[in-house]
Amino acid sequence: MNEQSREEQSLFLEFPLESLDFMRAGEASSELKQRLKKLGVKPELVRRAAIAAYEAEMNVIIHARKGTMRVEITPARLLILVEDEGPGIIDIEQAMQEGFSTASQAIRELGFGAGMGLSNIKRCADDLVIQSTPDQGTRLQITINIEKSDR
Amino acid sequence: MSIYYHSVRLDREKCKGCVNCIKKCPTEAIRVRRGKAEINEEKCIDCGECIRACPNQAKYVETDSLEMLKSYRCSVALPPPSLFGHMRATVPPDQVLSALTDIGFDSVFEVAVGADVVSSEIKRLFRSGEISGPIISSACPAVVRLIQVRFPDLTGRVMPLSPPTEVAAQLARQEMLSRLGCAAGDIGIFFLTPCAAKVTSVKAPVSGIPSNIDGAIGVHQIYPQLNRCLKKPHQKLLKSLASGSGMAWGISGGERLAVGLENYLVVDGIHNVISVLEELEMGHLGGIDFIEAQACTGGCVGGYLHALNTFVARVQLRKLARELDKKKSPSEKQHSQLAWLDCQVPRITVQPRQIVYLDTDINKAMIKMADAERVAQLLPGLDCGACGAPNCKALAEDIVLGKAKETDCIFVLRERIMDLSLHVYDLAKIRPPAMNQPGGEGSES
Repeated sequence: MNEQSREEQSLFLEFPLESLDFMRAGEASSELKQRLKKLGVKPELVRRAAIAAYEAEMNVIIHARKGTMRVEITPARLLILVEDEGPGIIDIEQAMQEGFSTASQAIRELGFGAGMGLSNIKRCADDLVIQSTPDQGTRLQITINIEKSDR
Repeated sequence: MSIYYHSVRLDREKCKGCVNCIKKCPTEAIRVRRGKAEINEEKCIDCGECIRACPNQAKYVETDSLEMLKSYRCSVALPPPSLFGHMRATVPPDQVLSALTDIGFDSVFEVAVGADVVSSEIKRLFRSGEISGPIISSACPAVVRLIQVRFPDLTGRVMPLSPPTEVAAQLARQEMLSRLGCAAGDIGIFFLTPCAAKVTSVKAPVSGIPSNIDGAIGVHQIYPQLNRCLKKPHQKLLKSLASGSGMAWGISGGERLAVGLENYLVVDGIHNVISVLEELEMGHLGGIDFIEAQACTGGCVGGYLHALNTFVARVQLRKLARELDKKKSPSEKQHSQLAWLDCQVPRITVQPRQIVYLDTDINKAMIKMADAERVAQLLPGLDCGACGAPNCKALAEDIVLGKAKETDCIFVLRERIMDLSLHVYDLAKIRPPAMNQPGGEGSES
């Protein structure tokens, strides 16, 4: 994980994500959660950010070859950017539906791939932008507002 | 003076400044400074992990003494269920209660009875839909304080009921008042505590509602006398009113049995509790209604002040609970509880403990976090604790907060000395022009 502050008022975190690395699954979002708590971000926002980050992290681990999660925190908002190299999402609208999943049987047997990930992210995010190119990869941009929510 | 009361104390004489306790603290509340393990009062939850970790018995629980009984006209002992698991060869509860009056208590009221009352109230709240899962038990005060400090978002998930200890104290006081007709101040209610966490909940309750308990006496103080009195005939013969399920509250898993919910999760040991709360916070515990979490391994039988091995006591208490459940006919069981069951269990709400980790201003906090990360890169990452902080990351934060210096790290210090000595060596090699150069007289360099 690398971290640097470019300006005075923003903080960058970066987490590499590996395909099928279930041993370390959830570490990036857990680390993000600890950081946000230490910064004094409101508990409700910490929870939403952690859940959204967890689902996005798991999506990369389950579906993609590899990816990164980058987080930019400013006093106004939290931006979680998850980019991966992988199969991409063919029909985003369909993928957003609860219960829709392309996860393999093996993944489901591990208790993942229930098809709730993207809809969960949408519920937690103030804004969600999904861009995907089949056979190339997916880019998720999750925004959670800090300032407006009367921290 | 701090605004927080703590029952976990440091004996400065005995503390050698080793790093055992700082490593075990679940809230990273301890730093070794000037050779002594100092506790951050804001972060300490009085779980007692540092007491267990200390090889020098420098950490101890401050409990009240039996001397306190003299200040009251009438003293009542509140023995916790776990106490009965620590009696050698499983002495019948009646005997234990009678022996407690022999050591000087005027009366005894079992916490297990309070547990029965709380159990039935928990059942009622779930049935009526007043609460819905996942709800975390409020019985272990160390767990409740852990939630206040580390999981502020979960404070609303704590069972909104006073724990059995408090309910028992309230019932004991009511009973004594009606029986003796004396002033409330004449009655002293004493909880026989197995741990530090419960002493703190008597002196400074998490709910903010003043405790009904006047003193918390460590069970370790009464075991010697109790065991002596158990061997002799008793002056008074008391009868235990506790049910098997009330007694079972003393063991991890006993509370959920008493409450009888289908979808539960039982966890004990503070570090295990943390991992479960992390999961809960992430919303991963769907379908769970009730979480029974206890800071001590094995539940209250694992309390630090108890006498026997936790696992031996657990087996004994489980056996006793089963026997009690079998022995009492349903009508008798009802009889023993009826009088109490319609009593009001006080409601509690738990608020987060506002802890400032880096700065109250998020801008400044962000700058400090980035600085701490830069400092952490310079540290060896061995988490040796020699600097007095539990790990390199904690030291980095302490440095950024001005509470420590980079050279507190012996590895950084050693590097600095190395750099300095090389520099000194280089300087030593330089000779002034007037001096003879190495290689002898007349030689040119």
